[in-house]
Amino acid sequence: MPLHIIACVKQVPDPEAPASAFRVDEAAKKVVAAAGVTPVISQFDALAVEAALRIKDAASDAKITVISLGPESARDVVKHSLAMGADEGVLLTDSAFDGDSYTTALALSKAIEKIGDYNLVLCGRQATDWDAGVVGYGIAEMLGVPSVSLAKSVTVQGDKVVVERVLMEGYDTVEAPLPALVTVSNELGEPRYPKLQQIMMAARKQVTVWGAGDLGLDASKVGAGAVRMNLERLFQPVSEVECEIVEGETPDEVATKLAQRLREQKII
Amino acid sequence: MANGILVAAEVSGGAVASITLEVLGAARRLADQMGKPAQAALVGSGVEGLAKELIAHGADQVFVVDEPALAKYSCDGFVAAMEKVNAAASPDAILMGQSDMGRDLGPRLAFRLGSVSAMDCLNVTGEGGKVIAERPCYGGNARATYSFNTSPAVISIRSKAQEPVARDDSRQGQVTKVDAGIDASAIRDKIVGHQEVAEEGIRLEDADVIVAGGRGIGSAEGFSVLEELAKALGGAVGATRAACDNGWRPVSEQIGLTGKIVGPTLYFAVGISGASQHMAGCTGAKNIVAINKDPEAIVFKSSRFGIVDDYKKVLPALVEACRKLKA
Repeated sequence: MPLHIIACVKQVPDPEAPASAFRVDEAAKKVVAAAGVTPVISQFDALAVEAALRIKDAASDAKITVISLGPESARDVVKHSLAMGADEGVLLTDSAFDGDSYTTALALSKAIEKIGDYNLVLCGRQATDWDAGVVGYGIAEMLGVPSVSLAKSVTVQGDKVVVERVLMEGYDTVEAPLPALVTVSNELGEPRYPKLQQIMMAARKQVTVWGAGDLGLDASKVGAGAVRMNLERLFQPVSEVECEIVEGETPDEVATKLAQRLREQKII
Repeated sequence: MANGILVAAEVSGGAVASITLEVLGAARRLADQMGKPAQAALVGSGVEGLAKELIAHGADQVFVVDEPALAKYSCDGFVAAMEKVNAAASPDAILMGQSDMGRDLGPRLAFRLGSVSAMDCLNVTGEGGKVIAERPCYGGNARATYSFNTSPAVISIRSKAQEPVARDDSRQGQVTKVDAGIDASAIRDKIVGHQEVAEEGIRLEDADVIVAGGRGIGSAEGFSVLEELAKALGGAVGATRAACDNGWRPVSEQIGLTGKIVGPTLYFAVGISGASQHMAGCTGAKNIVAINKDPEAIVFKSSRFGIVDDYKKVLPALVEACRKLKA
């Protein structure tokens, strides 16, 4: 049996877009998509795919399936993952999935069970839109498998996964038996960039599309009807700081002035 | 019937972790707003003696799970222990720090309890008997507030976002032992090794002055002048994720959403554009000084003082000026 790794990926607004382009519609409680900014794969999720590829590179026989839940446009992040080197892609799209982390985790766990025969599930540590860092744990809990978070490295050794888990002051090495779920942090390194030939090959690959019915989910028991938390308000925090620009003829003059101002204000 | 606001306490180096005192402060205020007791869960091995610390810092009731299998953190072990405490305490909400422990324990515990979690919150309040949590999202560009349909809501609190209540050793509280019967062999995620990254000098979280550099520094060598400034002011050096990802600085110096949260008196943001993901880590700074050659850099919007110039020209002069002032 080949080692089967499943990576979960999300499409998000590009976090590298200029902050000035960021806008919230408070009435709709939604972020307004900035014109001309293309949505991308959430960066930690690209690292989940990268971690899967590194395991595959080291293994004699391994297969990677990538799953995304989102609108039809999320097909792009499935294709991106295929171009990085994943073998198969699944897109979960259905208006019944518009809910909170509970529905997302439930739909992803049902899809993973439907795919079956998996050894390892990899997710990003958090999505770069809502920064929640929750869904991976929900999938693990619903699948009944152990979870290890914040990986800076993930290796498969026999029937267990070995993870270096990032801490505030160093890291732990954590082991768990397979099947298991691991969330990946940025300390893993850089995700590989798809080559043109891989992009062309990925473009021809079929992406499997499933809705609530395909996963055996009753549309009335997921999504909007099953939310466990309500978004009451969404707004942009305002900064009230007035910036005093310190100027002068020479760097020495500027530096001296700044040091004096900091002293006057009793900051140093 | 829910009975209180429960804090999942964290023990670090044999003492109650500082973030737990902050979370206890938040829980105490929330409990008072809701007219309910503040509860604490003390989970670990050989930790029972710390219960009085939690009471002195605001807890009315402490539930202690003290078992050998809980000597080290594990998701399986701590979720199972908290499940038992939850059954005994039946709280409205479970609060914990957004720490190494909290960010791992919180979401899985919430799903185990058939409830939901709001992570990395700045504030939590009780409005009309409902718990409301406020958290940053979109890399700090936006804030969201949430109410909850399930209980207990699991809420993690960002470090330095909440004040502890003043210690009062005369406070009285009730200590209840909970037998969770955690079997070490049932814990699937096991810590088999640990690597401490030795920090030189002052810890970033404790530093009163931080000199942080970003992508604009351009190289590892570029940071030497930042080190000099930090030294001149008795501070520490920090970095953005970009600087750490480039290998210019160790990961332990990363400040921001996925790194450390700091709150010094003085924060120099050098060659830092001011992306919200970084600024999320230093919103607790009392004074930010931005040094950037781009006058349009967004960092100036959160800074009290700014210098628009190349750091290579300004910083050596600033080191000199600060040395003179300090002399």
